[in-house]
Amino acid sequence: MLGLMLVQMSSMRDALAEALLELGSKDQRIVVLGADTSVSIKTSLFADRYPDRFFNVGIAEANMIGIAAGLALAGKIPYVSTYSAFVPGKCLDQIRNAVAYPNLDVKIVSSHGGVSVGPDGASHQTVEDVAAMRAIPHLRVILPADAPSTRVLIEESWRTPGPFYIRLSRPSVPEVYSSRPDLKVGHVKVLKEGTDVAIIACGVMVNAALEAGESLAKEKISAEIVDCHTLKPLDADTIVGVARKTGGIVTAEEQNIIGGLGSAVAESTSSSYPVPISMVGVRDTFGESGEYKELMAKYGLTSKDIVRAAKKLVASR
Amino acid sequence: MEQTQIPFGMLLQKAVRIRTHILEMLAEAKSGHPGGSLSAVEILVSLYFYKMRHDPKRPDWPDRDRFVLSKGHAAPVLFATLAEAGYIPISELKTLRKLNSRLQGHPDHRVPGVEFPGGSLGIGLSAAIGMALAGKIDKKDYRVYALLGDGELDEGETWEAAMAAPKFKLGNLTAIIDRNGIQQDGLTEQIMPMEPLAYKWKAFNWHVLEVDGFDLRQVIEALEKAENMRNRPTVIIAHTVKGKGVSFMEWDPAYHGKAPDKDTVKKLVESMRNQ
Repeated sequence: MLGLMLVQMSSMRDALAEALLELGSKDQRIVVLGADTSVSIKTSLFADRYPDRFFNVGIAEANMIGIAAGLALAGKIPYVSTYSAFVPGKCLDQIRNAVAYPNLDVKIVSSHGGVSVGPDGASHQTVEDVAAMRAIPHLRVILPADAPSTRVLIEESWRTPGPFYIRLSRPSVPEVYSSRPDLKVGHVKVLKEGTDVAIIACGVMVNAALEAGESLAKEKISAEIVDCHTLKPLDADTIVGVARKTGGIVTAEEQNIIGGLGSAVAESTSSSYPVPISMVGVRDTFGESGEYKELMAKYGLTSKDIVRAAKKLVASR
Repeated sequence: MEQTQIPFGMLLQKAVRIRTHILEMLAEAKSGHPGGSLSAVEILVSLYFYKMRHDPKRPDWPDRDRFVLSKGHAAPVLFATLAEAGYIPISELKTLRKLNSRLQGHPDHRVPGVEFPGGSLGIGLSAAIGMALAGKIDKKDYRVYALLGDGELDEGETWEAAMAAPKFKLGNLTAIIDRNGIQQDGLTEQIMPMEPLAYKWKAFNWHVLEVDGFDLRQVIEALEKAENMRNRPTVIIAHTVKGKGVSFMEWDPAYHGKAPDKDTVKKLVESMRNQ
């Protein structure tokens, strides 16, 4: 279906900026913090509109998280945003002790996650952030698939009290959802029903999963496609149901398979309805410089990789 | 608003009571940090019983002044002060560090009156900046106080925060440094030299005051002077002695994190009360 349509590309950062502008007008408690990347991430639009509620702390991520904690303790809802290499990269301690432990209303939105950042290379790419954030109690971990879902999930984070880690990717990506999708924190979205195998994906890999589903359909393999935008709290009930229905799962994620989506799915199914799980993701290695598409191909993060994993899984039964 | 200010002459008595609580609760817990708790007693007494606007019956009162204990290992002095002020029962102090107690080894939100969980060093000044910024946005006149350890200043985040507070013109923020000269491994000037400390803060554009941290009059006067600064944060370097009040603990780095035994504490408390 998607292949016949003109694919609309859009940027998650634009969606973030639009969501923050709208929330900023609705709720005076919204404040935004930046660490010298606000022009790149486009939170500078919020700064232009609401200069009294935007704070640029300079290149000082640990301080930014600490200040956000103080703002939340005084009744504000801070959105902090920079590149994921630096938040959480430089401030695991502050996120753990000052935000997650006291369960504060701080929303961490990191952009430039994964290896899709591109030519900046490994220092600016993240493969470990999701596992690290998932392991911290109280934190909700969200990876939107595209710009429309970014917008909705940012709004959801505003509606849901407590700390969030929302991880965005840098490149403009195809829109999985054509209009405002109905997404809820903690609930997966089944994008396509199927019976032979399930593909559960998050972030930019959701679009790859849809493409993989089309290829598999041509080979008479019926794949259920699931957008698992919320890695934590995981929608374990639906995922176990998907396991029961299809008997095998391929997970697809743009981060290390250690501790990421594949791990989360395994944790939820292994005790109640264990099925084979094949994990597509970064295989415990750092990235490197290169163009977005080149990197995704080299690190095994394309629809072809998902198709290969799905066929192998189906053939093994 | 609850009247929490007590006559100046009674502050010394509060300090003695809080010191004895600290020793008794640490002996009961058999672990914890006496040195940096005993050095900060007069600072907390000046704040909670003289300077700060707060109400133990309404710990969430939006207009309250806020106190951030950044050097969270000094939890005993905070808990003892909160108990004396009426936030928690004095009888609860003996549950410090015990399973299922609200009184954790380092303070957290379970305890009414605790504003910030300061267990990991270096974060408290940042959090205090956030509270002060919120006060400015909301056009409230509450003040924010943050107590930092001098060893804690090794943490880089402190200096990130030190740069940020003057940028945001936070006249409603006062940092207090418990300058007791000792950290866990030894003397601060040997582990990581801090001097010239006042010059460092001046260079970061802070209003800098230095006081004898055991002289209540000096501490209170400095807190008053800080309040007169409209657009500039103040740091008060309070010169103190680690383990103050217990002769064998004073100046001994070993008592950064070692609890005294019950028999010793019994004798100490008797002699303190008889003074």
